[in-house]
Amino acid sequence: MIKHLRSAADLDAATATLILDTAAEMAALSGREVKKLPALRGRTVVNLFYEDSTRTRISFEAAAKRLSADVINFSAKGSSVSKGESLKDTALTLQAMGADAVVIRHSASGAPHRLAGWVDGSVVNAGDGTHEHPTQALLDAYTMRSRLGRLDGLRVAIVGDVLHSRVARSNVLLLTTLGAQVTVVGPPTLIPLDVAAALSSRTRVSYDLDAVLPDSDVVMMLRVQTERMQDSYFPSAREYSRRYGLDMPRMKKLPEHAIVMHPGPMNRGMEIAPEVADSPRSTIVEQVANGVSVRMAVLYLLLGGK
Amino acid sequence: MAQPRADAPSKIILADSDLHRVVDRIAHQILEKTSGATGTVLLGIPTRGVPLAHRLAARIHAFEGVDVPVGSLDITLYRDDLRLKATRALGKTELPAGGIDGLRIILVDDVLFSGRSVRAALDALKDLGRPSSVQLAVLVDRGHRQLPIRADYVGKNIPTALSESVKVALTEVDGADEVRLIGGLK
Amino acid sequence: MAYLLKDVSILGGSPTDLAIVDGVIAGDAPEGAEVIDATGLVALPGLVDVHTHLREPGREDAETVETGSRAAALGGYTAVCAMANTSPVADTAGVVEQVWRLGREAGLVDVQPIGAVTIGLAGKQLAELGAMASSAANVRIFSDDGFCVADPRLMRRALEYVKAFDGVIAQHAEEPRLTEGAQMHEGEVSTRLGLTGWPAVAEEAIIARDVLLAEHVGSRLHVCHVSTAGSVEVLRQAKARGVRVTAEVTPHHLLLTDELAAGYDPVFKVNPPLRTRSDVEALRQALLDGVIDVVATDHAPHAVQDKECEWAYARPGMLGLETALPIVLSVFGEKWDLIADRMSIAPARIAGLTGHGGDLSAGTPANLTLVDPSARRVVDPAELASRSRNTPYAGMTLPGRIVATFLRGEATVLDGKAVK
Repeated sequence: MIKHLRSAADLDAATATLILDTAAEMAALSGREVKKLPALRGRTVVNLFYEDSTRTRISFEAAAKRLSADVINFSAKGSSVSKGESLKDTALTLQAMGADAVVIRHSASGAPHRLAGWVDGSVVNAGDGTHEHPTQALLDAYTMRSRLGRLDGLRVAIVGDVLHSRVARSNVLLLTTLGAQVTVVGPPTLIPLDVAAALSSRTRVSYDLDAVLPDSDVVMMLRVQTERMQDSYFPSAREYSRRYGLDMPRMKKLPEHAIVMHPGPMNRGMEIAPEVADSPRSTIVEQVANGVSVRMAVLYLLLGGK
Repeated sequence: MAQPRADAPSKIILADSDLHRVVDRIAHQILEKTSGATGTVLLGIPTRGVPLAHRLAARIHAFEGVDVPVGSLDITLYRDDLRLKATRALGKTELPAGGIDGLRIILVDDVLFSGRSVRAALDALKDLGRPSSVQLAVLVDRGHRQLPIRADYVGKNIPTALSESVKVALTEVDGADEVRLIGGLK
Repeated sequence: MAYLLKDVSILGGSPTDLAIVDGVIAGDAPEGAEVIDATGLVALPGLVDVHTHLREPGREDAETVETGSRAAALGGYTAVCAMANTSPVADTAGVVEQVWRLGREAGLVDVQPIGAVTIGLAGKQLAELGAMASSAANVRIFSDDGFCVADPRLMRRALEYVKAFDGVIAQHAEEPRLTEGAQMHEGEVSTRLGLTGWPAVAEEAIIARDVLLAEHVGSRLHVCHVSTAGSVEVLRQAKARGVRVTAEVTPHHLLLTDELAAGYDPVFKVNPPLRTRSDVEALRQALLDGVIDVVATDHAPHAVQDKECEWAYARPGMLGLETALPIVLSVFGEKWDLIADRMSIAPARIAGLTGHGGDLSAGTPANLTLVDPSARRVVDPAELASRSRNTPYAGMTLPGRIVATFLRGEATVLDGKAVK
């Protein structure tokens, strides 16, 4: 098993599949009355959050607690972090406290890589800047597999602000590792350079959402921040929504079996219409539930053994 | 515990026909001891306990026409030696539709050795519900208990040295039915 | 003090004796001259760096004029041009004279201050360039390095104004609107790492503009740390047209690529950023062709806490003085005439340092360095004389060892060790 989960690129197909299989067992166990499992008794998991993200933090917290780990939440607000303590000094503190794993959310790309150099425990990337969010990609893959039965050969469209999206980067890496065909879709200003060369040769680029939808098994809508308008990535929210938003007429272009995903939080009416978000094809609520199982699997596989 | 080398000499303790007879005997004993296996659930411990549990259920059905529910109980997350080895993949835990509350549970495993797996299984069981009683059926008891645990049904007692190991093969998993004693021989 | 260098190879020529008497190269050594067995050693004119950050005043925790001078002497340098982005900024005669005086006191290399082009490097208003030129520091190079003089009108004025005292503007070519938040070269690797890209065009566009401006007003332009193949093409065309432009390349841009950012270790963060393999190849060829005139270190010391952090929060820059010649040797081999020209003669000419970059003939100032080209050295950050440790070459084995350096006949380095 790997020691850290810093990037979806840390996972080969076998390891990624093991995580998804383990998550399935964890999901089954989560259905019962006594949800707690003893596997990580006596282990300490630190949630080190430099960005507010209640949903991701509580998902990791629930996962660690269900495995009986001790959880310490170290958030940027109300701690020495906000007094300007460096990441390295914080790392040395966590090290002294005997953290077996540090789950880190940080606004700087690569912060988990730096942290892994300063602590002995495992480092789990819970989102770093505009780089990656590998557990989100795992839960997305898990959701696709449970809805559609497979990942190999699946056609996935990832739509929106790919340039700034850590969810998109991790998903492209993980899904292509697991045999899916990914198309990133958005205005050219929001598609990063050399995306296929940088991430995976199984990646295609399109600027035309309507052309991609009929050949997609999954369409994943990314959150688009309206502030991008100020930087001229697109002219207006209205134009963005018209060209790249998923509304009912567009959803009808999808094949019958296709599903609609969103990592949340959504801008209803911007990248996704409310009636699409609430339709039976949407997996948005499921994604949240699957998040706990996937994170349990990750923590167990990183910390459960020697 | 020390494992014999892979190329260590081995000998067959139970050939396939012996193994089938032993399974039949356990099935009979269960019927006898549980007054016809009513209110009983067989829970196999992965990996080889699960096919064994299914075989026992099939034999019980063949002998008396009784359908005993079968499930599997993975004990990985409850093991006390998790941290001594590399991370293990999880097995399946599947309870029969009727659950386990108020029923007689018979845990089924291939080899009874230190007793630690059975302890883990009892812990796992307690988180799943409240059976009226728990019994244990094993194909082989090789001795060397480290906990106060004994089996209710034993297919065969095989006295062993600690330097030896007992390897159960089942067609469903290994492609053949046999029990081998490995290592320790001259 | 007189020295006799026995059996030294001048620029790779056959072994001969070289005498140093009263600060100049002499025909014969007097009785009692200290004899140095220079068998196997190559004599080069003392190296000249047109781009050094000495950090004093302001960041003496990262480097001082003295520690930087020592690093320079150990690297074979006899003169360095100290960049203006200190605190306070070297934008007045007072600050440049202070730096110049500190250099004299250290006495290990000639420290030639560079003056800021604009007040506070803010790019709004010209600093008193004439006052700096006529100060004791005798400033001839002006640069806002670290920042680009982005306003085209201001750049034009600066280019014109310094003609009065034969000054030169050294431009840090970086279009600021194209590099907002930029962290590394924009390309495949930045996409993978999720770091904001610094596109090559941000450098090329400014160089293209500036060579046209320099051509228009008939001024000299110097381009700092050229880093892209596209910039090389712009320079090649400008030079072919006769534009008075010179350009420098750093040792790290001749060797390292953006792939090194993969581990997010900010020791590889530098501005302009490390580029691609094809850029490195183009820069090497440009230095061979003379399209790029000089190797300049952009020696940029940083305190530990400014590098032991997240990539985005780290300051850009790398140490360079003590490894420059070994890097150039490892890239180009023992091309001594090339090395002497690109690392001593041409930089001395650009900086107007008449006592440096000589030909080691009798009667010229004895500014020279002795190199053992057969020695190999593993770079150990702890052994560097710089006060900082941010070398990207840690653990690399590099050819060439500086055995001795002489500044106006006085040894600043002997047996590979600084004399003070």
